[in-house]
Amino acid sequence: MVELGLLNYWLIIVLMVTGLYVLMARQNLMKKILGLGIFQSAVIIFFVTLGKVRGGTAPIYTAEDLERIAAGQDPVALYSNPVPHVLMLTAIVVGIATIALALALLARIHEAYGSIEERDIILEGEEL
Amino acid sequence: MSAGASEALSFAERFVAQLPALQVVVPMLAAPLCVLLRRPRATWLLALVVCWGSVVMSVLLLQQTLSGGPISYHEGGWEPPWGIEIRLDAVNSFVLLIVSAISALVLTTAPRSLAAEVSKKRHYLFYAAYLLCMTGLLGMASAGDAFNVFVFLEISSLASYTMIAIGPRRQALLAAFRYLMVGTVGGTLFLLGVGMLYATTGTLNMVDLAVRLQEVESSRTLLVALACIVAGLSIKLALFPLGLWLPSAYTFAPAMVSAFLAATATKVAFYVLVRFVFNVFGPELAFGDLQLDAVVLPLALAAMLISSSVAIFQQDLKRLLAFSSLAQIGYMVAGLCFASLAGLTGGIVHLFNHALMKCCLFLVTACLVLRLGSTRIDDLRGLGRRMPWTMAAFVVGGLSLVGVPLTVGFVSKWYLVLAAIEGEGWLVAAVILVSSLLALIYVWRVVEVAYFQAPPADAAEVDEAPWGLLIPVWVLAGASIYFGLFTEHSAAVAKQAAAVLLAGSGGGP
Repeated sequence: MVELGLLNYWLIIVLMVTGLYVLMARQNLMKKILGLGIFQSAVIIFFVTLGKVRGGTAPIYTAEDLERIAAGQDPVALYSNPVPHVLMLTAIVVGIATIALALALLARIHEAYGSIEERDIILEGEEL
Repeated sequence: MSAGASEALSFAERFVAQLPALQVVVPMLAAPLCVLLRRPRATWLLALVVCWGSVVMSVLLLQQTLSGGPISYHEGGWEPPWGIEIRLDAVNSFVLLIVSAISALVLTTAPRSLAAEVSKKRHYLFYAAYLLCMTGLLGMASAGDAFNVFVFLEISSLASYTMIAIGPRRQALLAAFRYLMVGTVGGTLFLLGVGMLYATTGTLNMVDLAVRLQEVESSRTLLVALACIVAGLSIKLALFPLGLWLPSAYTFAPAMVSAFLAATATKVAFYVLVRFVFNVFGPELAFGDLQLDAVVLPLALAAMLISSSVAIFQQDLKRLLAFSSLAQIGYMVAGLCFASLAGLTGGIVHLFNHALMKCCLFLVTACLVLRLGSTRIDDLRGLGRRMPWTMAAFVVGGLSLVGVPLTVGFVSKWYLVLAAIEGEGWLVAAVILVSSLLALIYVWRVVEVAYFQAPPADAAEVDEAPWGLLIPVWVLAGASIYFGLFTEHSAAVAKQAAAVLLAGSGGGP
């Protein structure tokens, strides 16, 4: 039986493979971009999952925590690891830039070929 | 000593201390300035000053690392492993010098070669992308933090997609789009691998990762991490068959961009692969437990044989050179797989040598595009007499590709064959030799057409390429002879770099 505790990882794998499949199998260049977006998002969710602790909160000390730390005890609350989440802010920005560039290229391809179907473009018969 | 002089001295010291960060930051800040300046001539001058400034900075850094050992620069003053570290040793400061020197030389040719293929209105944008690509490559080479490698990888990739798409024919758009798709999958796979390393060890600093991975038993997570990182980087460094985006991209990009990317982008990705295999995973883990060479070595051999064979049948000179690049990358990766001093030295010295010769050859195609308006091999008939200097540079670069003695190509193949014999990889040695023979065939095809066939009767008069292009071409051609004769410079640095990698910088074995 699949462990339910790892469910989010299974979902991430499903998303990742879906994205890759769409990217590789579709002829429509717009759909390829969508596939790429799904694939990237899956990796972003993977990182976010890594940093999440069940019941954890944002790592900001409350007044009570500070008192306990001063007394040499552990803080009350459980904290999630913020590093993967912060990394993903950067990765999301990278992802946006990539998708934006892909869309810009797609617009130029549509201008130049009059189509965004890979099949039509190959039918033009130019060496690629 | 007077107060003024000591103040100047301490300023110089502080400046030198900031060099590891400055060599990334300066081109990055110059890129938006280019967009603001807009005038083609002014932006070119700015970019040129920045590029040659980077060369000076990387020479200073290389001197420091060769004489004084690794430099660790803490960004914002935060101690690693919590803060972000820039870590330079003999290996990556050598790569920094290659990247900045090639960028500067290629950029010197820009006003003549770029004007032939890109409208003047877009030049300032091109220079901005060029500087951003350089920023990304320098950043990748110098980062001591696995996540920063990813960010800089994407910066350089995004800039290179735009530079390819700016090519004069419409196929350039499609080539750039395909490269974007594959390249982004590569970058994302790399990120996924870094995530699994982080999940295993809880750190992103590469030195710290190496230390902690020593204590971790090899697990499936680590195997998948290595697989993701190697697959992702193999796409970027264009290991056959993951590098099939490369021929179209180099064929349809402006010739100057092909020269720049062929000599730098794939080389930096190769460096990152070497760094991860040897200094993050460590050779015992990568080659022993996880058996990386069982997968990668066959691909490298296939790259040498198949890509060289395909290159023979190409009709277009740029595409021929692109397939030859795929084969030459095979040599470098094979050098990595030996995991010995000779093998790594061969891989690293070939990184340098191939950068020289491929940059030279692609700049020759830039001359052809400028004067002839074509790079089809049929159109080169009789060009040996009409453009003697250009074609002579092609012959020098071509001989170097084949690996003829007295050229740099011979030096790297010497080390690689030596490593193969040392490691009793007879098959590898044989494949290297066969692939060199195949290279002889495709280089000879072009030489035969250019020197031994009469020019077509209706051929227009062609002038020799302008000096602005010929000088950089001959600097590179001369360098590929010079470093072939006097190996104590390039090969000695490569050997020291290989020794540093094998010794592990910091926590390695």
